[in-house]
This record gives sequence, C-alpha cells and structure tokens, in this order.
Amino acid sequence: MEILVCIRRVPDTSENEIQLNAAGNDIERDDLVYSINEWDNYAVEEAIQIVGRVGGNVTVVTVGGEEDEEVLRRQMAMGANHGVLLADDSFAGSDAHGIATILKAHVAKGHYDLILTGVQAEDGGAQVGGMLAAMLDYPFASLVNSIQVLDGGKLKITREIEGGNKEINEIDLPCVLSIQTGINEPRYVGMRGIRQVASVPIPAYGVSDLALAPELVGTAAARLTRVDYFVPPAGKGARMLEGSRKEVVEQLVELVRTKGGLR
Amino acid sequence: MPEAMQSPAEATYWLIPGHFLFLIIHTLGMACFAFIVVQRLRPLLRAQSDLRWDRPWLRLGRVFQFWLGQWKHPRYPGAGLMHILVFAGFLILATRAFSLILGFQEHALFSGTIGRVYDAVRDYATTIVFVCMIVAAVRRLLFKPARYAVPAKYGKAHTGDAVFLLGLIALLMAGDSLFEGSKVAFEVQRGGTSESLAWLSLPWLVANVLSYASPAALQSLHLGGYLLHDLTFFFLLCYRPFGIQFHVETSLFSVFFAKLDKGTIKPVRWGLSDEQLDKVQSFGVKTFEDFTWKHMLDFYSCADCGRCSDNCPANAVGRPLSPRFLSVKARDYCFEHYPVVGKANNGTPLVGTIYSEDEIWSCTTCGACEEECPLLVEYIDKIVDLRRGMVDDGKVPQSLQKPLRALESRGNPYGKMEKKKAEWIKAETFRKTCEVKVLDGEAQADTLYFVDSVTSYDDRMQAIGRATARILDRIGENFGILGSAEKDSGHEVRRFGEETLFRALRDHNTEEIRASGVKRIVTSDPHAYNSLKHDYDGIAPVEHISQVIAREVAGGKLKLSEITDRKSVFTYHDPCYLGRHNGVYEDPRTVLDAIPGLKRVEMNRSRDRSFCCGGGGLMTFYEPQEEQRMGVKRVEMAAAAGANVIVTACPFCLMNVEDAIKVSGMEGKMAALDLAELVERQMG
Repeated sequence: MEILVCIRRVPDTSENEIQLNAAGNDIERDDLVYSINEWDNYAVEEAIQIVGRVGGNVTVVTVGGEEDEEVLRRQMAMGANHGVLLADDSFAGSDAHGIATILKAHVAKGHYDLILTGVQAEDGGAQVGGMLAAMLDYPFASLVNSIQVLDGGKLKITREIEGGNKEINEIDLPCVLSIQTGINEPRYVGMRGIRQVASVPIPAYGVSDLALAPELVGTAAARLTRVDYFVPPAGKGARMLEGSRKEVVEQLVELVRTKGGLR
Repeated sequence: MPEAMQSPAEATYWLIPGHFLFLIIHTLGMACFAFIVVQRLRPLLRAQSDLRWDRPWLRLGRVFQFWLGQWKHPRYPGAGLMHILVFAGFLILATRAFSLILGFQEHALFSGTIGRVYDAVRDYATTIVFVCMIVAAVRRLLFKPARYAVPAKYGKAHTGDAVFLLGLIALLMAGDSLFEGSKVAFEVQRGGTSESLAWLSLPWLVANVLSYASPAALQSLHLGGYLLHDLTFFFLLCYRPFGIQFHVETSLFSVFFAKLDKGTIKPVRWGLSDEQLDKVQSFGVKTFEDFTWKHMLDFYSCADCGRCSDNCPANAVGRPLSPRFLSVKARDYCFEHYPVVGKANNGTPLVGTIYSEDEIWSCTTCGACEEECPLLVEYIDKIVDLRRGMVDDGKVPQSLQKPLRALESRGNPYGKMEKKKAEWIKAETFRKTCEVKVLDGEAQADTLYFVDSVTSYDDRMQAIGRATARILDRIGENFGILGSAEKDSGHEVRRFGEETLFRALRDHNTEEIRASGVKRIVTSDPHAYNSLKHDYDGIAPVEHISQVIAREVAGGKLKLSEITDRKSVFTYHDPCYLGRHNGVYEDPRTVLDAIPGLKRVEMNRSRDRSFCCGGGGLMTFYEPQEEQRMGVKRVEMAAAAGANVIVTACPFCLMNVEDAIKVSGMEGKMAALDLAELVERQMG
C-alpha cells in the first residue's frame, strides 16, 4: 500500500514559552524550537505500522521551505521510506485552502492508496485534511483512532466521538483520513537515527514541477486573513478549598455533584 | 586375617581390575568435562569483545580479596560463614581429591609432621563441609530464607536442585569418610590405632562405628567408599556446568575479569573509534550474542544466591525487575540455545521474550546489586546495553520520549529555555547578598559550579543552588556558573541508552568547560558529579560540595553554629551516586557531626547498603509499575531509625523524599533538607 502522510513543522508547545511579540500581531518567534506536529507524528507511526503489516511504502510530505526538511528527515529516521518537500516562493502566506491545493497537486502526480493527515496542527485549524479530500473527491474520515486493512481495497476505521465512544466505519480506498492522537504509541526517534538519514536526498518540488497555477496559492489567494492575535485576559484564578483533607474532599465531591459531573 | 587392606587400585571390581576401572572412569570423566566446557565456551566465542586484560596485578589482587578472601560473603553472616567454610574445605580437599585421582593408591600427599597436620585439617574440613551441607539443606527446606523464593512468574522453586547438589557434596564427604574410616577400623582390628584420624571428625566417627564390622565388610566398604567418592566426584564435575554450580569453576575468572572502574558505563563497543562506531549497524544488546563474553560468563557465574534482588530497591517496591532473574533467565536461554549436545540456534531478540521492556526500564542504576554480589557479577552495564538496543529500535516509553526530545532541543529535560538557566541567581533576596558570576567569556573564575538541570530549573531545588553559591562565597571561592551555555550533564541520558544524545551533550559541555578556563569544578548534584568524573574526559577535576564543606570545616574556614531546635533528630541518606558509586560516605557525616548539638542516627540501610530514593534524572519522568514508591520506603526507614529530619546531598533524593513525605501523610512528622541548605543555615 502506498501511503502519503502530510506533516507540518510547528513550534513545540511544551518546549517554548509562547508569548506575543512586541507589535502584538504574532507570537515571539526568536527563540523557538520546532518539532513535528504531534498529530502528524501519530499518523506517520500508523502508516509505518500499516505498511509493516501489508507491505508498501510511506512517503512524508510537507509544504514549506528548507527549514522544514528537518521534520521530513526525522520521520524518515522513524521509518518513512521517502520524503518530499513542496517549496516555492509563491507558496508563502497560503491559507489551509492553499496548502490543500498544493498537496492535491502532488497527490495527482503520484499514486497513493491512502493519505493521512493529523486532525489539526498545533497552530492550525483542522481544515487541510477535509479540504484535500474534497479537492481529490476522495472519501474522508476525521478523528480516526484505529485502522484495519480489509480485502478488496477497503479499510475498517474507528472514529473518536463524544463521551469516549467510538464510531466504526468502512471506507473505500483511495481515501483521506485525519488521525487523532492516541491511535498508537509512536516509536522513539533517536539522534543516531537522524544522523543516519542526514544525507538521504529529499526532492523539492515547486509550482512548475507540480503544474500548479501560482494564483491559486500564496497570500494573494488566501481567503482567510488573520486580523488579531491576543492573549486572553486572565480570569479570577482557582478557588481554594479550605479545611482538613476530609472536609476538602467532601466539599469537592459536592461541587462536582452539583455541577453535574457525577452520573 | 588378611595382612593389609587392598587398595582400590589393587582390587578387582566385578571382574574389572581396579586400576583399569578407575583409569577409565577418570579419563571418561575428564574428557566429558572438557567437552562440556568447550560447549559452554561456544557462545562466548560469538560474543562481543570485552577488554579485560588491563591492570593484571590489580585484578590478581582482587582475586585474592574477593575470590580467595570471600570478601563479600560476610554481608550475610549466616550463609556467608557457611560458604566460607565450604569454600575453604573445598580448597583443602581439592588437593586430596587430586592426589586420590592421580594416585588412586594410598599415597600420602605430605609426609612427616606436615603430613599429619594436613591429615587432621583435611579430616575436619570433610566434617565441616558435611555438617554445612546438612545445615544448608535444613535451612532450604525448613527455614526457607526469603531471598531464595522464586516468584511464580519465574517458574518452579529451585529448592529441589539446591538440595540435590547439597546432597551430592554430602555424599562426596561421606564416601571419603567411608574410605578412610574403614581402613582405620581395619588397622585398629589388627592392633593399630585410630590416631591418624582427627578426633570427632567424620572419618573418625565412621571408624568407630565400624570398629566391630568384619574385615571382609571393611574391605568392601573401603573399596565401595572409594568408588562412591569417585563416581560422585566425576558426576558433580560434569553436572556443575548445567546449573548454578558452574560458579565453582567460573568464579575465579568472573572475579579476575570483573569491572574495575565503578561509576563508569561500558562503551557501545570496546575498541572502536568514533568513526568506526558511526558505521555500526545496531547499538546495544538485542540478541544474546550482542552481550560481551564477560557478561555471558557472568550468567554462568551467578550462584542464584538472591542477595542482589534482596537489596534491589526496584524489586522491593514490586517493579517487574529482579536482578537475580536477569541472570537466571539469560543463563537458561543460553543453555537452551547452546545445548551441550545438539545444534546451537541463536539470534532471537531478548526483549519481548525473556525480558520485558518495563523490566529493563525499572532499574535506577543504584548499584546495590553489584555491591552485594559475591561473584562481582555486573548488572548496570547489561541494563544500559539492553536499553541501548531498545532505543535503537525506537522502543522507548512515551513518558521518557518527551524529556529526551526536550534534552535534544533545549539541553534540559524540562524543555525550559536556555536563557532561563541562570534565573535562579536573580532571586530578589539572594542577589542582594550573593552575586554569582556567569562565565560567558568576559567573566573568569578558578572554579566552576556546575549546577545541572534540576537545580537550575526546579523551583524547590534552586534553593540548593543558592545555598551552594552562598557557601562557596563564604569560603572565598572564586567561582562562576556557565549559565545558558551549560547543558544537562547527560548522566541519565547515557544510562537510559541514548548514547548519541549523551555524546552531543557531553561534547558541548566539555567545550564550554574548557573554554571557561576553570581549574576545578564543584557540583551539588551527585549525578553531575559522577558524570563529570567518569563519563567526561579532559576537563578539570571535579568535587562534590559535601567534600568541599568537610575540608573547610576541618580547616576552620567554615564555622557552624549550634542547632537551636532540640527536637530534631537527623539522619543522613546516602545518595547512590555519591556513596555507593563514588565512595563518599564520611564527608557528609563529618559535616553533620561538626554542627554542635546535632543529634544524628543511622538508618539500618546506610553507606553502601543505602536504599535508593527512586532515582534521578530521566528516572523522575518514568512511570513505573510498582506497589509503592521507593521514597516512601526510605522515609519509613528514617522514621524507624528514630529520625524526624532526613538530610541528603542530592537534589533528586531531596525531591523524591519530600514527595514521599507528602504521599505517605508524614507532613509535619518528617522533614527533609539538603546538606548545603543545612550548612547555609548554620553558617549564619
């Protein structure tokens, strides 16, 4: 099975202190460390596991620049067979629709049975997966937390819905799935593994390689623009319960009960 | 009445001449043993190399101390005494056994007075060994010491095999006594004396019991005794390599080749340069053959005594780790896959079959097992090698992946920003009284205070940093810190198997330390201390703050005031990486005892028997399966010793102990603090 996983390099939320910049129109990006978007990591692990069971290849692709190559390499160190960078000056400023357009152009050039994205990016809006599927006219399922390959070009998938419940579906290949965290336990990628793929070639494709009309992507084509960036005002803070441990527990249970937290 | 007793060589055993029969038995026995040993050596020939021929005189000295001198045995007094007696008996009787086998007539080994003394010693040795076998068997069957128990998941109890072996050795002693006793009884009947036998020894008793037997019966018993001894001897010889008793032969070698440098970790591959290491296909131990020959020898040498697991803190709190069974399972695997008769089959992965992932991650590398083992079996290097294999395959628990990623991108496991590493020196009240230099190229100093991650970033542990800085200031030390240029020492990164990341951290820190031009390094973190001392190369010498304080107190530069709180009873908890791994036991105690009016008690488990608090570095992120926290057990030990204040000299020990105090509901009844904090308080 040929699987394409669309990944994104994002500022790591646990290793950065996200602050507004001086101008107040973006986050402070000077001292940021980046890593792969957490959902995408789960998606790549899932793809590697599927291919381990049924054979095939995993390709990781990202829309970006030279600095985004590092996440492609990291996922190749993890076990993805190929990495592809979609880079062009005209891609800059693309919104989710633009990114989906670029990805669609790449998918059209190749032959992929299954396309995975993460449910969302840490700095995104959970749109690319669904838009890509619509552009490709492929079936789409979001919040997937289990994939089973069936005979006859179908998958049996489980979607995560409210209350911790699961919805089980059958979906035809080729399709697009957005992967939820917790679908698996991603394997560790060590520094040694990354060093070993340091010189593996990663092809970069621009507008001409993808036969893409530049007016469909980039800032000009973006239909969503960011108007404001702000830190929400701080609230009152936590309510501290007083008393002995027993009293505090009783108060807490009562509060949870009155707010409807107990069935 | 026959003139003299026939010797076994002269006699005829069921139509076979004695000398011929025994020649056959001895030759077959030796050949069989040699064949078995060659088969046992097979896997070692396929193993990884291990450079163990350095410092041969030191190694020889340790053979005298640990093998001949049975140095570790008295740590368990009862069993220890018995083993020392049996071992001594074995050495004394070995000479006799060889003389009997080679001579198989009645050759006196020594003549004259030496001969008589040897004979007496020999007779008592036989007796003592026999008695020890009985006592040991009774102990196994009736008293069942806890450390011998085999948890169900590891299979059947080993009692049967143990008692069988004890019985065989007892039989050996009995056979010899029968051989001797019957001869003397025969001579007594002919008018001789039984003076050649030591009074009240086993042969003497046999001689007396047999004094009324007929000469013919005595002759039969004499010849029978020899045959019994002979057959038992060679059966035991060939049986030993099939179980734990192989340690009789392998112990000499496992002690000679034992690890000399405490606190170090073996390289990924011995004898490879860094460039060669880059080309190695696979890191760590994944299959049995990835172990070095010395580690395989360790599996052979494990005597199943259980002392390691008895002292293992992970085992004590119900984690799935029992060091004893790491050895036992590997040995069983080896015997199964490299049978004495049959084809070897190798190459199956160990983790996931005989070992579970959690079992290997459970180890805190405290070193209690290695400290205890009478055969100097090594465990930490094996665990690290197994972890290297798992890391290579990506099999790292999610709870550890996050701090490892943070170490890679931010140089500390918390993911905190580099520029905040020295924030602790800017605390309001602190900076007014103590200015800490950051050695960023402009500022210079003689001494580097290597703070490391937890003391720099953890709100509570920053107090240790400030206390240490104040102490260094007070003694007039010209010191500074590296600040944001300092990355994590990488101590646990290496011990958790991420060797490449460790090297990156080490190389970075080494460059920064050298660039700073400091002449010595001080740290308040025993993990950093151990790493800088043993894992790092070519940097200034390093000391722990407790050593510095002890020296300055002794020299009079640091004066400590009297304890005002009369209700506090202090106990010192030895951190694993200060105590066991580096032998620093007395300096912290000297410091505490130099505080006038300080009441101090010792816990049962102290010094090299200290009980690990739960571990430091990456171990504080790992989520183990356990019944109880190690820290809670330690706090209970402190309370049992009558203490209400635990003093320690490691930020991780302090963290674990303080957490344990809260978790076990002992807030208000037990307090904890760092040695540096206490000294800061008392120095005024």
